[in-house]
Amino acid sequence: MADTGVVTVYGNGALYETGTKKSPFSVKVGLAQMLRGGVIMDVVNAEQARIAEEAGACAVMALERVPADIRAQGGVARMSDPQLIKEIKQAVTIPVMAKARIGHFVEAQILEAIGIDYVDESEVLTVADEDNHINKHNFRIPFVCGCRNLGEALRRIREGAAMIRTKGEAGTGNIIEAVRHVRSVMGDIRVLRNMDDDEVFSFAKKIAAPYDLVMQTKQLGRLPVVHFAAGGVATPADAALMMQLGCDGVFVGSGVFKSGDPARRARAIVQAVTHYSDPDVLADVSCGLGEAMVGINLNDDKVERYANRSE
Amino acid sequence: MALVGVLALQGSFNEHIAALRRLGVKGVEIRKPAQLDSVASLIIPGGESTTMAKLAEYHNLFPALREFVKMGKPVWGTCAGLIFLANKAVGQKTGGQELVGGLDCTVHRNFFGSQIQSFEAELPVPELASKEGGPETFPGVFIRAPAILEVGPEVQVLADYPVPSDILDSNSTIESPEEKIQSEKKVIVAVRQGNLLGTAFHPELTADTRWHSYFLKMASDVAEGASTSIVAVGVDLGSNNQPRNDLPIYRSIEN
Repeated sequence: MADTGVVTVYGNGALYETGTKKSPFSVKVGLAQMLRGGVIMDVVNAEQARIAEEAGACAVMALERVPADIRAQGGVARMSDPQLIKEIKQAVTIPVMAKARIGHFVEAQILEAIGIDYVDESEVLTVADEDNHINKHNFRIPFVCGCRNLGEALRRIREGAAMIRTKGEAGTGNIIEAVRHVRSVMGDIRVLRNMDDDEVFSFAKKIAAPYDLVMQTKQLGRLPVVHFAAGGVATPADAALMMQLGCDGVFVGSGVFKSGDPARRARAIVQAVTHYSDPDVLADVSCGLGEAMVGINLNDDKVERYANRSE
Repeated sequence: MALVGVLALQGSFNEHIAALRRLGVKGVEIRKPAQLDSVASLIIPGGESTTMAKLAEYHNLFPALREFVKMGKPVWGTCAGLIFLANKAVGQKTGGQELVGGLDCTVHRNFFGSQIQSFEAELPVPELASKEGGPETFPGVFIRAPAILEVGPEVQVLADYPVPSDILDSNSTIESPEEKIQSEKKVIVAVRQGNLLGTAFHPELTADTRWHSYFLKMASDVAEGASTSIVAVGVDLGSNNQPRNDLPIYRSIEN
């Protein structure tokens, strides 16, 4: 059963998957497709979750601490208390996601057991396994994983991720790394599109990604799953920038609830993602939002790079 | 000339436009009330209904959408879109959400539960198969899907789905008791009332375009009297626009 849940490249327009588990890959990707054009917000309690829902977030990420606090306080960051996640789940009708440590498949099992909608195998939490990510084919619940470049994205998809987010640098309120990672993925796809088929084998080796997924990406001209941006989005303009660079949606972590007027900013970012190519609307929603979160300058080498915690 | 509008606030609008393109029809994204004037029919896609309702509210889309429905123009809602079209919805967020209405039915939002209960099933679709040909069943993808609990006399049921009675019971007791459905073991998942079409599942996520062509026929029936027709884009697909890169369609094979 080695190929359970594996998507093959070739087929008449449709991609085929073997295996008859109750939750096929199509259903896992399906929820991510329903989130497209939306904003997913980090929340730490039921009250914040309701503010996010009221602002129009398409999902919430239930956490004990937002990344900015994890950065400030340090220590080991783990999966949140399931009780907290359950309370947040009860407070809202939109999908609820939660983070598990990279490689910590038991945390993922617990999250699956409490019935949340999506697991984020996240580098923001302390890494549990330096060599291996979770084998996400073993789960009925879908996973979102981070990446910095195309090779990393396709490795995660091969492990069973049904959604990808570019990592950026969480908890900094600084968009520079998010732009770097999105540009890297999109740039590699553009290079791939114009590449001779004969060169794809060597390219796949170079980026250390499975050949079939590289070929599939070439044919599609995009990642084969939904692709969100994350890590450093603090303003409506940041969110629209990510959309114009070609992402399907945006994660906002500390940017909302570390700002002066969270409800208003959340609403503005949601509108900015829907109307990302309409500067008039963007100007309108960007007015008078109060203070943005205090950012961290990433020229300083002492700032820990969460994005480099996994390959 | 008449175009098919796709409400593009959030959700699977790209997928709907891609499905229309496979049929050689151009779909246009609708984000503002004024844009509704340029289209003769409208698809409200799947997505998070709470989110879509919020965004529609921000841009004052509800009056325009209600007017659109009232004018008898064809509208099709999938999943979240179905909730929009329903006259009554249960299981909403605290404080409720605004609806467009028009479809005489009661929808239970998120009836099938959270993502872990999402599924794919072959649905018997006699009406669709008789009009559009093809197999007797349709691959229904249910993502945190709603279901229709009750329909009015004007509403034609196009598909239903058997559910274990315990799901029905547990769901109906959460709501007020008068909404309890008796020993009925099927819920309705596709309906039509006049020019309104509603599906609880996502035809836009499958390679089977029969629901889309069914809807286009509804639209062209209406357009006949008004000397307009659906624009066939034919060969110069997307030539005025940079080609949109669509996600692949995943399909599982029963072994």
